Amino acid sequence: MRLTLGLVTVFAFSVIIFSTFSFLPGDFATEILGQSATKSAVKALRAELGLDKPPVTRYFDWLGNVFQGDFGSSFSGRSKVQGDQGDRSREVVGLIIPRLKNTLFLTGVAAMLAIPLSLILGISAALYRNSYYDRSATGASLVTVSSPEFFTAYIFILLLATLFPVFPTISTVDEDTTLVERFYRTALPVFTLTLITMGHMMRMTRSAIINILSSEYIEMAKLSGASRYEVIVKHALPNAWAPISQVIAINLAYMLIGSVVVEYVFNYQGIGRLMVGSVYNRDLPVVQACALIFASTYVILNLIADLIGIISNPRLLYPK
Amino acid sequence: MTSNKSKELLLEMKNIHIDGFSDERWHKILKGVDLTLYRGEILGLIGESGAGKSTMGKAAMGYTQPGCKIIKGEVNFNGIDLAKLTEFEKRKIWGTKISYVAQSAAASFNPAHRLMDQTISASNRLKINPTDVLKKDAVKLYESLQLPDPENIGDRYPHQVSGGQLQRIMTAMAMSPRPELIIFDEPTTALDVTTQVEVLSAMRSIVDKFNTAAIYITHDLAVVAQMADRIKVLRYGEEVEEAETRDMLSNPKEEYTKSLWSVRSLIKPEETNQDYILSIKNIDAAYGSSKVLYNVSIDIPKGKTVAIVGESGSGKSTTARVITGLLPQSKGEIIFDGKKLSPKLEQRSKEELRKIQIIFQMPDTAMNPRQTVDEIIGRPIEFYQGIKGKERESKVIELLKMIELDETFLDRLPSELSGGQKQRICIARALAAKPDLIICDEVTSALDQIVQEGILKLLQKLQKDLGVTYIFITHDIATVKAISDEIVVMYQGEVVEQGLKSKILNPPYPDYTELLLSSVPEMDPDWLTNLLNKRSS
Repeated sequence: MRLTLGLVTVFAFSVIIFSTFSFLPGDFATEILGQSATKSAVKALRAELGLDKPPVTRYFDWLGNVFQGDFGSSFSGRSKVQGDQGDRSREVVGLIIPRLKNTLFLTGVAAMLAIPLSLILGISAALYRNSYYDRSATGASLVTVSSPEFFTAYIFILLLATLFPVFPTISTVDEDTTLVERFYRTALPVFTLTLITMGHMMRMTRSAIINILSSEYIEMAKLSGASRYEVIVKHALPNAWAPISQVIAINLAYMLIGSVVVEYVFNYQGIGRLMVGSVYNRDLPVVQACALIFASTYVILNLIADLIGIISNPRLLYPK
Repeated sequence: MTSNKSKELLLEMKNIHIDGFSDERWHKILKGVDLTLYRGEILGLIGESGAGKSTMGKAAMGYTQPGCKIIKGEVNFNGIDLAKLTEFEKRKIWGTKISYVAQSAAASFNPAHRLMDQTISASNRLKINPTDVLKKDAVKLYESLQLPDPENIGDRYPHQVSGGQLQRIMTAMAMSPRPELIIFDEPTTALDVTTQVEVLSAMRSIVDKFNTAAIYITHDLAVVAQMADRIKVLRYGEEVEEAETRDMLSNPKEEYTKSLWSVRSLIKPEETNQDYILSIKNIDAAYGSSKVLYNVSIDIPKGKTVAIVGESGSGKSTTARVITGLLPQSKGEIIFDGKKLSPKLEQRSKEELRKIQIIFQMPDTAMNPRQTVDEIIGRPIEFYQGIKGKERESKVIELLKMIELDETFLDRLPSELSGGQKQRICIARALAAKPDLIICDEVTSALDQIVQEGILKLLQKLQKDLGVTYIFITHDIATVKAISDEIVVMYQGEVVEQGLKSKILNPPYPDYTELLLSSVPEMDPDWLTNLLNKRSS
C-alpha cells in the first residue's frame, strides 16, 4: 500500500520535473549554436536531440528509457557539427554515478555523526529536563537550526580553516583519493551538514520523549521502582521511535538538499554541484536525472521511516 | 474478611498535608489526614472526585504526582518514614515492598512490551529469583486470577487482551514480588459490571491468599463494601469518618456519609403509552466492514424515558448515532413522529434535526472551551428559532433558570464550571432547540454520585414540565432504576428484551439480563461471596 503510494509519488514527481523544464524559456539548440545560427542548423540540432517532438511523446520516451536505467546523453560537450568525430557528449548515467557516490559519502558520514549525536543529546536533555544542560542544548540547537547552511559553512571555514588552519577549505576529491584523505578533506562540509540537521533531530527526539513521559504507563513504571534512566530508555524510547524516525528521514533528505549549497561552497564534486552546473548550461537530461534522484530519495527515506514506525509499534505489527 | 488478622502495624500515616499546584497557585489537597493499616488488612478509601483519596493512596508510597508535594506529615512504613527517603531509597521499596494497581489498565501498561516482561519487571529488579522462576510464578498468578490460557497470555502485548484481563494482569504484576502492601486505585471503575465481578473476586482471593495488606480506593460504596475490612470516608481533603465495614454500612454517623448511602434511593414510578414518538425497525449498522448492530427494533413512547442498558460494545451508543443520523444504517428504517427519517444527517430537514437532540457523556469535551455559556446556549436558539439580540439573551437566562443556575453564569467559560454545572449547561443547550426527544448518552457516568442525583432529578423535573422524551443510554443499573419507564437490554449488537421497568427488573429473566442484573454490586458486604457461591453451584 505505502509502496504503491511511494511509486505514484515518484511518478507524479517525474511529470512535474519534466514539464517544469519544458516550460523554461529558450532552448538548448539556440544556446549551443549562438545567436547567429541559421534556422536550418537550429532545426537540425533540435531534430537530433528530439526537441521537435511534442512534449508528451518526449516525456514517455524519456520515462521508458529511465526505466531501463538510461537517462539519455548529456547535451553539453557535444560537437556543434553533425557527425564530427570529436563528439565528447557523455551518457548521463556515467556522469552522475561518481558524483552520486561522492554525495552519498558526504551525507552518509554526516548522518552517521548527526543521528547518534542528536539522539544522545535529545534523550539526555529529556532526562534532565529544565536543567541548565537541557536549556543550553535546546538553545544552541535553535541557533543551528535557524542559521542558513552557507552561513554555517563560512563560520566553519573562518574558525577551522583560516583562524586555526586544521582542515582544508577546498574539498575537491577524485577517484584516487584515499579514504583517510577523503575524511580529512570533507571534514568541514560534513560538520556543516551535521550541525544544520542535528538541531532539529535533537529537539524532536527530546519533545517526543517528553510527550510520552506524561503517559500513565510512565507513572506506573516509576511506581514500580524503575530508575530515571530505565524510565527513559526502556519505557519512553521504544514508544518514541515512530516520531523520531520520521524526523530523521526528513532531515536526511534535507541533508541531501542542503548538500547542493554546501558542495558549492566547498567545491566538492557531488551531485548537487553537478545539478547547479547543469542548470546553468540548460543541460536538461542531467538536471532531470538529478531531480528525479532527489525525489526518489525523499520517497525512499519516508518509506523506511514508516517501516520503522510499524516495526517499533506492536499494535501495528501484531494486530488483535 | 474475617477479623482474625494480626494487629501488627504495617503502615502509619500521620497528619498528612499535601499541596498541589494548578491555575498558577498552590491548593491544599490533603489537610491533615491520618491512616493506619495492619498487616493483611484491607482498608477502603472512599470519597467523591477531588476528595484527595488518590493523592492519599499515592502518598502511602511516599509518592506525589508532579506538581504536588508533601508539606507535612509522616508516612511510616515498617517503621521507616517514606516521606524522608531520597528518590533512590524509595525506588527500592516501590514495586517490590509496596505495589500499585492503577485505574486504567489499558493506559498503564507500556504498549511496547510484552505482558510477561512487564509482570516480572519489578521482581526482576530484586535479583532474588532468576527470570525463569519468576515467569513460572507469574503463570501461577495468572492461573489463580482465572485468566484464560495462563501459559501463553504473557506473550501477548497489552492491546491484544481485554480491559478486564489487563486489570487482572496488573494485579498479577503487583503481586509478583510478593509485596507487603498493594494500593488499588479505582481498579474496576473503567470496567463493565459483568467484568467487574470477575476482577473483584480475583483480586480479593489473591490478596487473601498471600495475606497482603491493601488500600482500596474507589468512589463506589457497593464495591468497597465487598473488599474492605475497614472504610475511611474522605471529603475535601479531610477525614469524615472511619469504621469497620459492617458498622459503617449499618450505622453511618456523619450526615455526609448518610447522604452517600442514600443516593440510590431515588425511584420513579413507571408509566408508558402506545403513542410512539420514535420507532426504529430492523436496523443493521456497521463501522466500515465490522457490523455492530443486528436487526435492532426499539419503540420509544412519547413523553417517557426509555433506558438502553448493556456493557461496552453492546451497541448502545451506536444505536444513538443511528437515530441522530451520524451513522446511517445499512438496513431498516426510523419512524419519527409518524414520518420516515432519512438515514443521512445531510438529508434531514432543519426541523427534524431540531426535534432530536443529544447530550454526551463527557461535558468537558462536548463544549467549545473558548465559548462562554451565553454563546453555547444562545447558538441553538439563534440557529433553530432565528432569535437574536436582547430576546436571545432573555431566552438564555430563562433556560439557565430551568437548569437551576442563574444569569451570573452567562459570561463564564466551561473551564470555570464544575463537572455537574457543565453537564447542566449541556442539558440547557439541548433544551434550547426545544426538542421532542433527547438522547442522553451516559450523561451521569463521569459525575460523582451526589452530583448524579442532582442531574437525574433535574431531568425528571424537565420531563414533567416540558413533556420531553428521553432515551437514556447507560450501563449503570442504579441510574436505570431511578429514571426509566421502560428498559431495553442490549448485548453484542442485538436487543435482548424491551419492556416496562418492573417487567425487566423482576424475574424471570433471560440469561443475559440475569447476568447483568446480578453483577451490579449491592451494599451488602456478603453480596460478592453469596453471588460467587450461587454462580459456582
